[in-house]
This record gives sequence, structure tokens and C-alpha cells, in this order.
Amino acid sequence: MVDEETIRVVRCGGSELNFRRAVFSADSKYIFCVSGDFVKVYSTVTEECVHILHGHRNLVTGIQLNPNNHLQLYSCSLDGTIKLWDYIDGILIKTFIVGCKLHALFTVAQAEDSVFAIVNKEKPDIFQLVSVKLPKSSSQEVEAKELSFVLDYINQSPKCIAFGNEGVYVAAVREFYLSVYFFKKKTTSRFTLSSSRNKKHAKNNFTCVACHPTEDCIASGHMDGKIRLWRNFYDDKKYTYTCLHWHHDMVMDLAFSVTGTSLLSGGCESVLVEWRDATEKNKEFLPRLGATIEHISVSPAGDLFCTSHSDNKIIIIHRNLEASAVIQGLVKDRSIFTGLMIDPRTKALVLNGKPGHLQFYSLQSDKQLYNLDIIQQEYINDYGLIQIELTKAAFGCFGNWLATVEQRQEKETELELQMKLWMYNKKTQGFILNTKINMPHEDCITALCFCNAEKSEQPTLVTASKDGYFKVWILTDDSDIYKKTVGWTCDFVGSYHKYQATNCCFSEDGSLLAVSFEEIVTIWDSVTWELKCTFCQRAGKIRHLCFGRLTCSKYLLGATENGILCCWNLLSCALEWNAKLNVRVMEPDPNSENIAAISQSSVGSDLFVFKPSEPRPLYIQKGISREEVQWGVFVPRDVPESFTSEAYQWLNRSQFYFLTKSQSLLTFSTKSPEEKLTPTSKQLLAEESLPTTPFYFILGKHRQHQDEKLNETLENELVQLPLTENIPAVSELLHTPAHVLPSAAFLCSMFVNSLLLSKETKSAKEIPEDVDMEEEKESEDSDEENDFIEKVQDTNNTGLGEDIIHQLSKSEEKELRKFRKIDYSWIAAL
Amino acid sequence: MAGYKPVAIQTYPILGEKITQDTLYWNNYKTPVQIKEFGAVSKVDFSPQPPYNYAVTASSRIHIYGRYSQEPIKTFSRFKYTAYCATFRQDGRLLVAGSEDGGVQLFDISGRAPLRQFEGHTKAVHTVDFTADKYHVVSGADDYTVKLWDIPNSKEILTFKEHSDYVRCGCASKLNPDLFITGSYDHTVKMFDARTNTSVLSVEHGQPVESVLLFPSGGLLVSAGGRYVKVWDMLKGGQLLVSLKNHHKTVTCLCLSSSGQRLLSGSLDRKVKVYSTTSYKVVHSFDYAASILSLALAHEDETIVVGMTNGILSVKHRKSEAKKESIPRRRRPVYRTFIKGKNYMKQRDDILINRPAKKHLELYDRDLKHFRISKALDRVLDPTCTIKTPEITVSIIKELNRRGVLANALAGRDEKEISHVLNFLIRHLSQPRFAPVLINAAEIIIDIYLPVIGQSPVVDKKFLLLQGLVEKEIDYQRELLETLGMMDMLFATMRRKEGTSVLEHTSDGFPENKKIES
Repeated sequence: MVDEETIRVVRCGGSELNFRRAVFSADSKYIFCVSGDFVKVYSTVTEECVHILHGHRNLVTGIQLNPNNHLQLYSCSLDGTIKLWDYIDGILIKTFIVGCKLHALFTVAQAEDSVFAIVNKEKPDIFQLVSVKLPKSSSQEVEAKELSFVLDYINQSPKCIAFGNEGVYVAAVREFYLSVYFFKKKTTSRFTLSSSRNKKHAKNNFTCVACHPTEDCIASGHMDGKIRLWRNFYDDKKYTYTCLHWHHDMVMDLAFSVTGTSLLSGGCESVLVEWRDATEKNKEFLPRLGATIEHISVSPAGDLFCTSHSDNKIIIIHRNLEASAVIQGLVKDRSIFTGLMIDPRTKALVLNGKPGHLQFYSLQSDKQLYNLDIIQQEYINDYGLIQIELTKAAFGCFGNWLATVEQRQEKETELELQMKLWMYNKKTQGFILNTKINMPHEDCITALCFCNAEKSEQPTLVTASKDGYFKVWILTDDSDIYKKTVGWTCDFVGSYHKYQATNCCFSEDGSLLAVSFEEIVTIWDSVTWELKCTFCQRAGKIRHLCFGRLTCSKYLLGATENGILCCWNLLSCALEWNAKLNVRVMEPDPNSENIAAISQSSVGSDLFVFKPSEPRPLYIQKGISREEVQWGVFVPRDVPESFTSEAYQWLNRSQFYFLTKSQSLLTFSTKSPEEKLTPTSKQLLAEESLPTTPFYFILGKHRQHQDEKLNETLENELVQLPLTENIPAVSELLHTPAHVLPSAAFLCSMFVNSLLLSKETKSAKEIPEDVDMEEEKESEDSDEENDFIEKVQDTNNTGLGEDIIHQLSKSEEKELRKFRKIDYSWIAAL
Repeated sequence: MAGYKPVAIQTYPILGEKITQDTLYWNNYKTPVQIKEFGAVSKVDFSPQPPYNYAVTASSRIHIYGRYSQEPIKTFSRFKYTAYCATFRQDGRLLVAGSEDGGVQLFDISGRAPLRQFEGHTKAVHTVDFTADKYHVVSGADDYTVKLWDIPNSKEILTFKEHSDYVRCGCASKLNPDLFITGSYDHTVKMFDARTNTSVLSVEHGQPVESVLLFPSGGLLVSAGGRYVKVWDMLKGGQLLVSLKNHHKTVTCLCLSSSGQRLLSGSLDRKVKVYSTTSYKVVHSFDYAASILSLALAHEDETIVVGMTNGILSVKHRKSEAKKESIPRRRRPVYRTFIKGKNYMKQRDDILINRPAKKHLELYDRDLKHFRISKALDRVLDPTCTIKTPEITVSIIKELNRRGVLANALAGRDEKEISHVLNFLIRHLSQPRFAPVLINAAEIIIDIYLPVIGQSPVVDKKFLLLQGLVEKEIDYQRELLETLGMMDMLFATMRRKEGTSVLEHTSDGFPENKKIES
């Protein structure tokens, strides 16, 4: 059924959350942020993504709440439209077509039917602030071409525009001047700072601006870390400003609190500074936020702040400067050294994250699962500082072990190298440092691989290094009578004519180790560590090396820097075939014999999927990306696809993800992009109107199941089974707010009983109706009795608990019985 | 949000002996008291009853020492020839000893003349012991026989002639009055039952047996002979449980600690080894001046007595424990104030609000947290830190370098402060584990203080010292490289034709381009 569609390259999650300021809903329950072509709605409490608003065809550049209706949200995009959304239900209400690229959006409560936007009309680098009149119309798509010009020659970034004092004026900054446009007078005042004429003020550039919500006060941030507070700017001559200086580097963003009593500022120090009463002395700090603060926003209710960070993260902060929630996307602002890996346990994508961390990123939910701190040192952010880099990582033994290599090279001769081995702890569900090896090699480590054979009794790790050696590390038991410990020690050191070792790779069964030394591939027996044979093609240094798998395990593949792909037969020790292909990425599929190779040419990257046994590729896709592809990985699918077409069969068991130089994560898909990017929860939600709770998911499935059953039963004309919707106990359970429900222990038996209904009905059928009635009466009586007992015991105030349980179970019984009655009557009607 | 991460202090493996509970326990003895005996001390035996006197057999005398006396409190010297194996009875009132002439003599502790003399052996009697019922004596002699004697009427009850060589060691079971064990130079250890006329069990040790020992339960037998100590499971019919080869000369004596958890063996290689009786691994070892012949532990391991071939008796007493109380303790708030509210049990509906645990930071970390870099450096350059924990100082220097502020922290120091830094460099610069960091620091110091050199004689002297040190180190490294080259050549000649590699140890290449101008 999917065969007709073609495979396309699609972007897969990991989009930026920090592109623009996040916006809070009026009640601070939700937070909105732009994310590529979408707007994401997150809950501020649970950090979960509630909705994804999609409809824009290009990058969304601005979002604002509708000042006239707090349940609506405006968004603008580079596709030239402004859309109005109902964010609670995630529905698009209206589209206003403006027609030119919109770079930012502002709303002012006073200007009722118009919004402000930054557009560029004539030249690509000249931006204008315009007011867009939104016509009132009932149709879905409305043309809004009525633009009125406000300010010219402004900065593109929305941080450089601020509307102040209930929309009386707008302040814009660019380079060395601040211009204020007064709407009533329709005049512009311009204030220029002494610019780069003298060295002291060389970095005086404006970077951002914010306006006081009630007073006439403008705060501006500068390149040199100063914050200036401008007052009396109605007069070109008498204006004054005061300076606040704490930041040592550029002020990235400024925001006033709702009442205007405090000013928030942030920069690359990753410290949120709160200036109280706009004085230098009164300041509070929230340090160690992890990465450069890009944006700060304040909730309209005033109880929350949020900061967007350069590591694709939004932190929600309470008014008392306590971080309460973190919304973290895929961290992408740094170069990836480790490549893409898959954690065998969580099936999460693992790669470099925050400085010194490995991030575990869930591909299904587009969410970072957790960060593993590898380097464990205080991160000092300073320009020109050489940081410790996490360069290599590998998972071994089905996710039980993780090896990481970190290095710091200040000068040519001074190399700090450390290898760490982490063990997975089942109790804490995380990795715990087991062994730390200082200077495992004399020079940089080029490759790292675990022996992942299923029957290997001893975990083995091989490291290859530029110093010409490869080392084999094994897990040994160094327990004595006092304690039991395991640690890694070096077992074997091998070299081949002092050539640099560039790659290493274990065969699937772990019996052979291939190590490439520049142009030469050596094969070692992993039991005795004897050199078995060597392959040399004289075609440049080996860049990639991998063994074939399953039926192709007798082949060894090597890709060289001169653009030759070689395949050697290990049984005949001869070259099987070679091909001219400039391979950048070569990844074997763990579930099949297929190997994906991505080649690089001047026009773009091409994908080749082949089996080592035959040189003719199974599948070729040209031009998967314009830029260089840096890393790729096969991710095993949870549910195998069923492509019957031969060309697509390689995607049946695994999915191929790759990362380009600009760090966009791409994959191959046949689904339409909407379908692809809609999370499963959303799909479910579209059908049902129940609140989405984890509990609901359990029941929701059950319901679907029941629906299917229902269809079957209808077809077969059998006795209809009661549906869960019809069970009052269940519906009551689902619709009653959680805080008024009794504890789960009470509900459990009732709930389970209600699910076991089909049998109950049969038994009910046998009992005559009047008996049932009698019982009910009895139970009513007993209820009264119980009430009486309860009263008595209230006075005694002892041994209450048991009787309450008893009483409740009675009421449950009553409910059940009531239900039984309903059911019975229905059968009688039939 | 993540808190401040303290500086990672590089840890180095501790060289030498690991400190374990056992080393602490067995090192907790005073310096040994040396007592000179007349000849090689062949046997030391503690009285099982208080006041735990011990009998020392050396040459033709038996001395009885009190617990803390350095002079014998009693001497039995009426032996014509060498005496052997003076052993106390379980009640501590009788003592039995063998002799070179084949006689076995029984003494009362309070008397002088022997109470009984058992004649019957034709050659030297090297081992005697009381049986568990206290009324019999077992003896083994060089005439290959083992005899059982009755004390009341001083008569020989039984003779076993199963050994085919000298019987040199033996012991009686502490539980069964009829069982005893002897070890012989015919490499066997035999267990005899007085109710039968023959041995009931025989195990092959493999070497001439020098010492045997029964565990208090009687289930395990330990035999020592040659370089081996072997443990046999008697309940499985004499199956070998474990064979220990930890000495490199003949093991001569065995002894159990009072708890039964540790086994001690003394050897001619002048070592006493302590084994755990659960894992049979060596947990501690003592060194002595001469070959050890006999070994005994007092009640509760209070005293270790070792007799050596040169006639020296070494007596070690345990250190008394309750000594530290002498310093009056500072008055602190009572215990109650600390646990106030801590032992409150959570009730059903209580909401527990946890106070965030405060992370303790070292002082230097606190300085670094507040970017007081010079202060942090000063703190770790304090002599108490540099002498005790130089790795902390080096780690802080490394951290400052990582933060790019090492030059700032080192600059602006006066004569005293800079000499602190130089002292540290002089002491640790040549250590390979610290060298990369400290060389960098030395370079920075030279760069900073080059313009003002010559103003202070103290600092100049330090610089010259440093220069000398570096030159010496360079020479040393050159020599090492030469040696390495020679070794490489030797390896190359020995190496097979194949291109396989040889494991090599290269020393840390000491950067030789280091120059110090002063």
C-alpha cells in the first residue's frame, strides 16, 4: 500500500526552540515557541508538548497572543502570512495573507485591528517596521495588504524593537543609535551614542531594547555588557540615561517584569540577572543556566519568566528565581565529534550535547531524554578558551558499557587525554563511572569499538590511536577479600610498522579484529591477538572500515580517502571487488546485510545502499542533501515496515538517519510530512475528546480495541458486548477531576470489576429481577446502617479506616448492582 | 539547575601496601621486645589459662615467661640434651617436653623436678602433646614411632609404627580424646585413633611435614612442609582443600589467630604470612630478622611471639587502645540537639518537604567558584597542602590553566610568595605524573618574572636550583632513551621475522626543549 509513494528525505525533529522569544499564555499554563515551520505549545508544569500548530509553509518568525482574545495566538512566517490560532484546541482560525516576507510580529492592545510586523521590501538588508491592518471578515483566508509604514532602516531582530507605555511609542535600536517613534505626535527622536571613534566606547553597539510597561523608560543592552536606562526621551536635548554594568560580554536580551519593578537581563555568562528598582546595587542572580541566554520573556500574569538558551532549551523560572521546568530539544550548537549512536536500551539517539555531556535524544518524541555528564568539570565560558572536548564514545555489551574519550590539546605537544568507562546500573537506571584511564595513548584516539559478539564472556574494547598502536582493554575482576570490584585494564598492545592506526572494527561474531593502519588493513585473531593477514590496496588512507554481517560476514569493506570502496573476501584473502566512490559515511545496518554509503561530490551527497556480496547497489538516491553529510546511523524500527518493492526493502527493518554539516537531522520517509510529524498522541487526540492523561492512554487503547470488537460483533449479529463508554463507573472515573476521586486503591476493584462485565451479565440474567431489587433495598438499608455506624465512630474516633473501606465497597457494590440492572434491562428489551 | 562542579582532583594509585582492615589490625603492635635465648628457639607455647604465660623451648632449657616480663619467671634446665616441644596442658598446670635422648618429661608448673618420665623412645622426641582428656600424652620421635602414654601410671599405652621416617610434628584433637595427628618426614600426615591400633586417615603432603595444625572444630587440617601450606578437609576423608605456596623457603610453623579467622605461617624465609581462612589469600605479612622456627599467638592476639634460628625471641604486644581519651574534649551541643526532629516518623498524610542537601565545598573550590583565582592558588600552595597532598595543588594549577587564568594567578607575587611557588616546582617538577602541568607553570613564571630577575637573591637562588634540576632531568632522560634504544635493538634481534609487534614500555618523553634563563 505504501509502494506507490517515493522515498523522500525529510527533516526529522530537532528543530530550534530558541529562534524567537517564547510567549506565555495569559494564565501561564502554556508556553508557545516557534520551531521551524511550526508553533509548539508546551505545558509550563509538565514540560510536555501539548500541540503542534502547523500550517505555515516557511519558517515561523514571530508569535504573539491576541491582545483582544487571550485564547488566540497570532503567528507570522516568512511565507508572508499571519495566522490566528486557537491554541487550546490547536485549530487554525484565520489566515491573513500579507504577501511579503515577515520577520517579526508585534501586537499592541491599543491598536485594535492592526498588528506590527518587520518586513523587507526593496533591498534584502533594509528592514521596515510596518503596521498591518487585519480586515474583519468571516472567511478563512483574508488578504491583508493594507500596510502602513512606521519606521525604516531598522534591525531585523525583534529584540531591537520594543513598544512602550501602552503603545504610546516604539523604540528601535540599530548599531549606535536609538530611535523612538511617538504614535500620537508621529515624530521620531534619535539618540546616538559616541561610537567607535575612541577605543573606550568601541563596543557601544546596541544589542537589544525593552520598554517599561507603565513608565516612560527604555532599557537598552549593549555589546560591551552595559545596560542603559533612558528617561526623558521626549526631549531631544534633556534626555538622561543611567548605566547598569554587570555583564562582561554582550547583553543578549532584556525584559521588564509585568509591574516594571525589576529588569531581567542575560548574556553568554548563562546567568539571569534581575535588577530590582533599576539600581546597580539591588540585583539577584540565577547562575549556571547551562548555555548562553538568547531570549527572556515574562508571563502576562507575572508569575513566571522563561529564558531561551543557545543549547535549544527553554527554562521556565518562577518569580523568586527558581527554575521550575526545562523544555529541552536536540542540542545542536556544537560540532559533533562522537557521531550518531543508538543506545541499545532506550533506542535513543546519542551524540554530543551540552559542553562535556552526551545527550540521549528520543527520535519518537523529539525530546531529549537525559544528559550524561561525561567531563564533570565546571564549564567556563570564555572566548578563546580551549575546552575539554568529548571526542569519542561507544556503547558495548548491549548497552551495559559506555566508553568515552575526552581530550584537550592546547599546544601541539601538550595533549590531555582521558578515557572513561561507564557501567549501566540497573538500580539507578543510569551510567556510573567505573574506570578512568589517563593518557590511554600517547596521541589522539582515532577509533573506539567494543566487541559486541553475543557469546563473548569478557567485555573487550579496542582503541586505535595516531601514536601507531591499538590497545585491547578487557574487563578484569580485581576483587580482593575486602571488596568486589571490576575494572578495565590493558590486555594487548599491537602495532604495524609504526603506522598510525586509523580505524578498528570487530567482526559480527567477535572472532576477528580489523585494524587499519593508514593504507593497510590488518586482521587479528581476537583470541590470541595474532596477526592473521593484511590487505593493502595502495589507494590512500582507509577512512572507514566495516565487516559484513549475517550471510555477508566473510566480507570486509574499506573506504579510502582517494575515493575507492574496496571489498575483501576474508576466506580467500583477496579483493572481491572495488568501486570508485568518494565515501563520506559508511554504516552497516544491524538488522540486515545492507550497508549504506553516502558519497560526496561537488553538487551534493548521494546515498548508495548495497550488499557486500554484490557490487551492484540495491538502492541509489542522488542528491539527498546539498551539503556534506557528516554522520549517519541505522535505527532499528520497533514495528517493521512492509515495503514490497525491492528498492525500498532496505528500509523495512531499520530507518536511516543522517546529520549534515549544518546539523540538521534528516531521514528517509515515504509518509507525507504532516503524517510523519504528528505525534501519536495527537493522532489519538483527534478522535477522542477525553483529556489526555497517561491514564487515558491505557484506557484509550482499550477503547479502540473495544471499537474493533464492536464492529466484529455487529457484523456477526452476535450478542452485543457492553462498551466501556457505557459503563458508568468507567466514565465517571474518567470525567471526574482527579482531586475529588478517592484513592486508586478504592477504585481499583471497582474498575476491574467493571471490565469483567460480560460474565456478570450472564449471571445477572439468571437472577430474577425482583431478587435484584430486594438486594438493592437491602443494600440501601445497610448503607443507612453504615452511616449510623460511621457517626458513632466519629465520636469514638478510633478504628475508622477499616469501616470506611467497608462502606465504600458497599457503595461500589451498589453502583455495580445498579449497572447490572441497567444491563439486564437492556437484555430484556432485546 | 546544576550546581557548581568541584575541581576533579586527579587521583593516583597508591603505591605500596594497600591499607586494609587486616593491615591495620596486624600493624597495631608495639615495637618488638627481643630476648636472647641460648640456642635456636624450636617451640613457643602459650598457656591456655590466664595469666597466659608462655613456654619457650631453646637448646636444653625451657623458659617460662610472664606476659610482660623480659626475664623468665621460671626455667626448667634439667635436660642433658636438647629439649623439644614444651607444651602446656589445657588447664595450664602441667607441661610436657621431649628430649634429644628419647625421653619425655612431664613437669608441674610450680615444681622443678619432672613429675613423670616416659622412657621408651629410642631417638629424639620432637613432638609431644596432651590429649583432650588431659590424662594422656602423645609423642612422636625420630625412631619413626608414635606413642601414647598414660600420665597417672606413667606407662606406654599404644605404639604406632606406621610412619617410615622421622615424626617431627603432631597435635591432638581438642574435642575427641582419642584422636591425634602426626606429621612425618615421609611426606605423610596421619590421623590415629587410640581406640584402634592403626591410623584412620593418611594424607600425602608431598614434602617432609614440618608442622600440622587442627582447626578448633576438628574439620580442617593444616599441614606445612617444604614451601607449601596445605589445608585438608577431614570430613571429606582427607581431601585437599587448598594448597598455598606463598613462602619461598620451608614453612616451619603454623598458628591460628584466636578468632580462627586468620591462619599464620612462619618460614625460614624470615616471613610470617597471615591468611584469611575463608579465601586463603594472604592478607598481611611480617618480616623478621632471621629464619623463623616457631610462632605463637596469645589469647585474643594480644602478643605475637616468634622464635628464630639465631636464638632471638621476638615478642610483640598489642598497643593498648584506650589512650586517646586523655585530651579533654571540647564541649559540644548534646546529641539530642542534632537528632531533633530527625527521627520523626512520617505520618500518613504528611507532606515531606526535603531541605536540599548542602554540598560541601573545599575552601579552594569556594574560591574558584567566586573566581578568586589568586586566593585559591595561595590556599593550595600552603605548605600543609603541598606536602601532604601535592596532587591537589597540581590539580588546581591545571584547572587554572584550563580556565586560562594561570598567568594572572601567578603574577604579582612578592619574594615570599613566589618562593613558595618555586619551592613547590623544585620539589615536584621532575615527577612524571606532575611534569606536564608544572613545566607549563614554570614557563609562565619565567615569562612573568624575567624582567625583575636579579632583584632578590633568594628567588635567584631558587631559579638556579630549578635550572640545575631541569638539566639533571634532561641528562637522565637522555640516558633512559639510550637504554631504551639498546633494549630496542636487543628486541629487534630476537624478534621473529613476522611483523607482529612487541609490547613496549616507553617512558614519558620529557620535553627537552626546556630552557631556563636566569
